[in-house]
Amino acid sequence: MLNPFAKADTVDSISGPPSQFDYGWDRTFQFLALAGAWMILILVVFILWEIGGQALPAMRDYGLSFITSTTWDANKSQFGILPQIWGTLYSSILALLIGGFFGIAVAIFLTQDFLQPSLAAVFRTIVELLAAIPSVVYGLWGIYVVIPALRPLANWLHETLGWIPLFGTSLSGPGMMPAAIVLAIMILPTITAISQDALRLVPYKIKEAAYGMGTTHWEAILKVIVPTASAGIFGALVLGFGRALGETMALAMLIGNSNQISLSLFSPANTLASLLASSFPEAGQTEIKALMYAAMVLLAITLLVNLMGTAIMTYTSKKFEGKK
Amino acid sequence: MNATAEAMAIPTAVNAVPTTAAMPASIAIDCKLDKVFYGDFLAVRDSHVPIEKGKITGFIGPSGCGKSTVLRCLNRMNDLIKIFRFQGHVHFHGQDVYARNVDPVILRRYIGMVFQQPNPFTMSIFDNVAFGLRLNRFKGNLQEQVEKSLRRAALWDEVKDKLNNSGLSLSGGQQQRLCIARAIATEPSILLMDEPCSALDPVATRRIEELMIELKAKYTIALVTHNMQQAMRVADKTAFFGVDISKGGRTGYLVEMGDTQQIFENPKEDLTKKYIRGEFS
Ligand SMILES: Nc1ncnc2c1ncn2[C@@H]1O[C@H](COP(=O)(O)OP(=O)(O)OP(=O)(O)O)[C@@H](O)[C@H]1O
Ligand SMILES: [Mg+2]
Repeated sequence: MLNPFAKADTVDSISGPPSQFDYGWDRTFQFLALAGAWMILILVVFILWEIGGQALPAMRDYGLSFITSTTWDANKSQFGILPQIWGTLYSSILALLIGGFFGIAVAIFLTQDFLQPSLAAVFRTIVELLAAIPSVVYGLWGIYVVIPALRPLANWLHETLGWIPLFGTSLSGPGMMPAAIVLAIMILPTITAISQDALRLVPYKIKEAAYGMGTTHWEAILKVIVPTASAGIFGALVLGFGRALGETMALAMLIGNSNQISLSLFSPANTLASLLASSFPEAGQTEIKALMYAAMVLLAITLLVNLMGTAIMTYTSKKFEGKK
Repeated sequence: MNATAEAMAIPTAVNAVPTTAAMPASIAIDCKLDKVFYGDFLAVRDSHVPIEKGKITGFIGPSGCGKSTVLRCLNRMNDLIKIFRFQGHVHFHGQDVYARNVDPVILRRYIGMVFQQPNPFTMSIFDNVAFGLRLNRFKGNLQEQVEKSLRRAALWDEVKDKLNNSGLSLSGGQQQRLCIARAIATEPSILLMDEPCSALDPVATRRIEELMIELKAKYTIALVTHNMQQAMRVADKTAFFGVDISKGGRTGYLVEMGDTQQIFENPKEDLTKKYIRGEFS
């Protein structure tokens, strides 16, 4: 690299131009970062291309009725995934409500001076450990612990409040509610971790401003700190929802794999991911094509949720943080 | 500097003052600070700082002498710092604000604060000013009160067409005036300002100084400033704090306090004289 200021490089001067080696590193890192970014993009396009290509025949054969019809019968070559779409969205939304509430509550609890720092660190580790438990173990725990524990309450609710659609059926075994509860616990670490980061990023001077106005601890948290962190917390919810949409193993074990559309929290249901997991091993040629179509739909739902989340986040940060 | 540590303007007999002592009606808030610690570190000692009603009291002194610390004792903002300990009394309407049964949240509702860095909330300009009103369940006309506060903070004309924009979209000087509007919206009787102009350019600084002079008709103001010209321009009373390094640590204390003119033209203490002449900082 030419140094146009070589004359400034006197004997006394300690300053000098970056060496060839420094420039080399600079370029290498730039190249690596760029390559990484492109690789991710190429990977996404490749996956879409591959699955899309395999789903294309089914898309041509069944068209939109694939999404709107309700029977999945490989023997009769009837394929409809409306119940699975319903089950996927319903279980994920329930999980998001439960996991979102507790996840954010835990994040507030761990970051807003309720605990001594050392104790908070212990709790944080415990929450992070939840993310390390394999999906299968969650499924087993759901079968052996959650379902039996839930059954008396569920059946009592059904008997006394059965006229409410939410409690329209009894819980005989696997079903929507146990699946949603386990799913909520599975997405909780994601929501908590990202919400904690967002809450920790709230500048101290904002907290000072809140307390200076005469807020109580809770007023400062609910009226100032959480709203300030809302973009990050919203991002946590979007990521948690994305995880819930795609979660497979635990749901396949807990949701009952029954293709029906019901508002009842205790009725068995099915999801796209568990349909894919349970049908693939024994699927024939035509069914595999239909499954590819289903995978494509799941992918589209996930992408849509993420895009919408990002759009809302950009909108709110523009509105409230004054970012252009 | 060591010599003056003994020759303080205020004797150390503040301990004897009872908790509910009557104070002259002209005093809005009376700080009789005995000792203030951050952990084991003695930050400020022996400072009696009475803040007079309807006047601007300026706090000056070298960096680290405890001006902010003393100011934040007045509304117990230091309670946010876990290692902070206060010995002494601060009287506000005949009540020691550091008494055990006093909730600092209530105190802070009556004492507004403006900080060194503008710190508007991440919400619209309107919501920023309305924050304290909503917090206090204000029953009157919200719109009107917000407008009044913004006018008083000399910001109305600049923001009246964009009240729904984020408070953070304003310039630094505008943000600081927004923070002043937010602080005075609830009509607190006392306004604490900790170097409110340090992040601002001279023009914005001038505007805020004019604002302070207008505000003192209604509010009592305590103002920390690094800028001695500013103290001369706006303060009626000036408190000069020094640093005592005689006992190893760097402990701040009140060297002298009086009318601004007297402090700047005819200080009693040698240390004050030297500081004002700019011989140390
Ligand atoms: N949160 C804190 N924890 C520990 N020590 C602190 C804390 N805040 C202030 N101090 C110490 O207390 C002393 C007084 O600090 P203070 O901020 O009151 O000084 P100041 O006069 O406002 O200084 P400046 O003019 O630089 O703002 C300093 O020695 C400082 O190091
Ligand atoms: Mg300070």
